[in-house]
Amino acid sequence: MKETQYARSSKAFRDGSINRRSFLRTSTVAAGGLLLSLYLDFPPSAHTEAQTPPPKVYPPDAFVHVRPDGKILITVNRLEFGQGVQTSLPMILADEMDADWSQVVSELAPAADVYRDPVFGIQMVGGSGSIAHSFTQYRELGAKTRAMLVATAADRWKVSLDQCRTENSVVYGPNGKSARYAELARDAARKPVPEKVSLKSPSEFRLIGKKVPRLDSAAKCDGSQKFGLDLDLPGMKIAVVAHPPVFGARVKGIDDKEARGIAGVRDVFEIPLMKGSGVAVVADRFWTAKQARDLLKIDWDLSGVELADTSQLWTKYKALARTPGNVAVARGDDKAIDRIPVARRVVAEYEFPYLAHTPMEPLNATVRFEGNKAEAWVPSQFQTMDQMAIAEVLGLKPEEVTFHTEYAGGGFGRRAVIDSHVPREAAVIAKRLKGTPVKLVWTREDDVRGGYYRPMHAHRVEIGIGADGMPAAWRHVIVGQSLVAGTPFAAMMIKNGVDESTVEGTSDTNYNLTNFHVSAHNPTVNVPVLWWRSVGNTHTAFVMETLIDELATRAKMDPIAYRRKLLKPEAKKLRAALDLMDQQSAWRNNLPKGHAAGIACHECFGTAVACAVEVSIENKRPKIHRVTVAVDCGIAVNPLTIESQFHGGLGFGITQLMAGGAITFKDGRVEQRNFDGYTPPYIVDAPVTVDVHIVPSAEAPTGCGEPPVPVISPAVVNALAKLTGKRYRSLPLKNI
Amino acid sequence: MATYELNVNGLSKKVEVDPSTPLLWVLREELKMTGTKYGCGISACGACTVHLAGEATRSCVVPISLVGNRRVTTIEGMAQDPVGRAVQHAWIEKDVVQCGYCQSGQIMSAVALLKETPKPTDANIEESMGGSLCRCATYVRIREAIKRAAEQMT
Repeated sequence: MKETQYARSSKAFRDGSINRRSFLRTSTVAAGGLLLSLYLDFPPSAHTEAQTPPPKVYPPDAFVHVRPDGKILITVNRLEFGQGVQTSLPMILADEMDADWSQVVSELAPAADVYRDPVFGIQMVGGSGSIAHSFTQYRELGAKTRAMLVATAADRWKVSLDQCRTENSVVYGPNGKSARYAELARDAARKPVPEKVSLKSPSEFRLIGKKVPRLDSAAKCDGSQKFGLDLDLPGMKIAVVAHPPVFGARVKGIDDKEARGIAGVRDVFEIPLMKGSGVAVVADRFWTAKQARDLLKIDWDLSGVELADTSQLWTKYKALARTPGNVAVARGDDKAIDRIPVARRVVAEYEFPYLAHTPMEPLNATVRFEGNKAEAWVPSQFQTMDQMAIAEVLGLKPEEVTFHTEYAGGGFGRRAVIDSHVPREAAVIAKRLKGTPVKLVWTREDDVRGGYYRPMHAHRVEIGIGADGMPAAWRHVIVGQSLVAGTPFAAMMIKNGVDESTVEGTSDTNYNLTNFHVSAHNPTVNVPVLWWRSVGNTHTAFVMETLIDELATRAKMDPIAYRRKLLKPEAKKLRAALDLMDQQSAWRNNLPKGHAAGIACHECFGTAVACAVEVSIENKRPKIHRVTVAVDCGIAVNPLTIESQFHGGLGFGITQLMAGGAITFKDGRVEQRNFDGYTPPYIVDAPVTVDVHIVPSAEAPTGCGEPPVPVISPAVVNALAKLTGKRYRSLPLKNI
Repeated sequence: MATYELNVNGLSKKVEVDPSTPLLWVLREELKMTGTKYGCGISACGACTVHLAGEATRSCVVPISLVGNRRVTTIEGMAQDPVGRAVQHAWIEKDVVQCGYCQSGQIMSAVALLKETPKPTDANIEESMGGSLCRCATYVRIREAIKRAAEQMT
C-alpha cells in the first residue's frame, strides 16, 4: 500500500479538508487519576467550523494519561501485531514530553475518529505508515503535554517558563524547586493546549534513535499476553463456519442431524457470505463446534460459479503477457527494442503463484449485539472499516459499535481487508444470538483455503541491451488481478485501467531506463485477493533485481557497480544503502567453496534497502548462511525494532522461495489445506545470521514493515544463479 | 463426556470433556490457560507445545483421554522452572518477540532442548526448533537467545 494511494483515499473519507483543531478534555477516570486528554482532531469535512463536532462518549479521546502514581499511559493509534509500534510510538511522545521511560505503559486505542491515521484518514495499519505518518503527530502531542506541565509549574512557582526545564517526568525551576509530573497533572489538564510548540532538535533526543527494548516482551514470554483468540467473556459462545468448497458457491441443503446431536452445540444455520453462503455452527466450546462442523453434510450449489484452475490460469496469463496491456509507463520510443540485434536482447517470462499470509494467530472476531448497540473485539488492521462493516450488518451507526483493537498474532495485510469479511461473518452470527457474545474462529484450514491471497502474476520482459552492456530499451507486461477493482479504493488506485499496486516497483523503478514501457492486464478471476506484506513489490522487485543481475553478468560487471551505474542520480537513499551494504559485506570476497553471494536492492514505501546474501545448496535447497542488509529509512526511531523488522521481513520474503510456497487451484478448489501443504519458512530455511546497518539520517522517518520483504528472494536466486548457472523465473522455487 | 484428573504445572485439575478433546483446548477453554496457542491443529507449527512428562509435545493432537497421569507443563509454569526462567530472561534480553503469538511454543521447545542438551550447536537448535513456525521470522534472535540462555545456565 503506497502512501500516495492512501493519501488520496483518505480524501474520500474527509473530502480533502483537513480540519485541525486542538481540544482539551479533562475528566476524572475511574482509577482516580486525571486524564490529560490531548488530541488533534481531524473531523470529517461534513462538520464545518460553524457546527459543533458530535459529542464523543467513548473512547476517552486521549493519547496521554498521567496517573497519580507517576505512570504515564500512552495510547497507540495502531494495531500492534509484531511491528513494535506499541513501543516506538510511545517513545516518540515520551521523548518530547521528557517522560520517565521506566514509567511509561502503552495501550492500543479502540476505534475512534481521533485515532485515524493522519495521512490515510482511516484508522489502520498498512503502507508501512505507522511511524512515517505519526512521527510528527506523536512528537507534537508529547511537546504539548510537556508545555502544559511546565506552564502549571511556572504558575505555581510564579516564575517564567524559560526558568523551567524538564527531565525524567520532573519539572525543575529556580532555587532548587521541582515538581513531579504526577503532582502537576491535575492542574495541567486545565491549561489551554498550546497551538504551537517547538520540537526538539535531533541532538536533544533522549529516546528516539536509541535501542529501546519492547514494552510487551515479558507478557509475550510468560503466556499472559492476550490476543483476540484468547478473549473469554461471560456466556460467550464459539462459532465456526463451513465455507463453500469453491468461492461463491451457495448452500442448497444442510443435513445437520448428526452435528446437532453433539452435546454443547447451540445452533446451526446458513449465513450469507461476501459471495455465496456458508453454514455457521455455534457451540459452547471450539472443539465442539469444530466436531459438529465436520459432521455437517452440505449440498453445495455451484451453478454459475467460475472454477479457478491454476494450470488454465497460467496458460491464459502467459498469453495475455504477450499482448500489450493498459499503459502504466510510456517513456521514449516503444519500437526502439525492435532495432536492437536479437543477440543483444533478453526475453524473460516469470511466474508468481498465489500466496496466503497465514499469520500465526488464526483469524477471529468477537461480537456482542444488544439491539441498539454492540461491542466488538477484533485483532484488526482496519479498525474504521471493520467497525463500519459490523455496524452495517447490525443496522447500527458505527459509533454505536464499541470496537476494541485486540493484539494480533501477525497479520501481514490479512487483517486489512476492504470488505471486512471476517468481522461481518461474526456480526451476522451475533445478530442471531442477540445478547450473547460470539467469538468466530477461523481454523487454519479456513485460512489457507479462504482466499484473500497475494494474486498470481505473470511477467514478460523484453530488454534490448546497448553496446555498453546497459539496457537501451525495456518493454514490460504484467498480468495479475487487481487488489481493489470493484471496491471504494478503485477510484484512487486504478489509473488508466491499471491497478497501481500491480506495477509498483517496476513503473516507479529507480533505475534510469530509457525507452521504458510498462503495461498491465488485470484479469478477473474467482479468487479473492489482497495485499501481502510489501504488496506489488513482492513480485516486481524480484523481476527487476534478477534481470538487472543478469544484465550485469552479461556485461561482465560487478553487480553493485552495474547498479550504481544504472541508478538515477536522484535515487539518493538507494545509493546510500547500496554503498553501506557494500562497505559492510567484505565477506563477499572471501567465500568458502560451494558458497556464492547474491545482491539485491529496492526502494519502496520511501525506504531504501540493499542486501547481500551468502548462499550454498544443501539438500537441494538454498541454505542462507548470512545476510548483510543496509537501510535508509530517515531517522531511525528505534534501531532495535528496525533490526527486528529486517530479520522478520527478510524471513517473510523467503516464503516465496519455499517449495511449498504456493496456493494452487484445481476445479475451483484450493489444493492446500494447512501448513502440511502450504509451507512457510521454518528456522532451517531462514538466514542463520543477519546484520542490519542503518544509514545515518536526519530526514523524516519512513516505514520498515514492508521494505525488508522484496529484496531477499531475488538476492538468494542471484546467488543460486552463480552456483548453478541457471536463472530462476518461476516461483515457488521447486527445483534448483 | 468423561471426567479427567490432570496434573498441570504441579496442580491437580479436574475437567469434564469429550474424550477426543485435544489437551490444547482443555488448557485453553476448560482451564482458561490461554498461554498455549492454537496455530494449525495438525502438529505442523509448534504454537501449542507443552511438556508432557518433560517431553516437548504438540498439545493440539493429544486427546485428553491419552494424557493419563503424565505431568503437563505449560508456559504458565515456566517461572517455576530454572531453565524456563533462563530462557525467558534470554528472550527478553535479546528482544526476540514480535507479534509473540508463537513464542510460548518456541520457549517450551527451547526449554526442552536445553534440558536435554545444555550446550546446543546450531544443528541441535535447527533440529529441536525445526517444527516451530514463526511467521514474523524471529528465528535469528531465537537462535541467539537459546545460546544466551545456555551461557547463563553454566
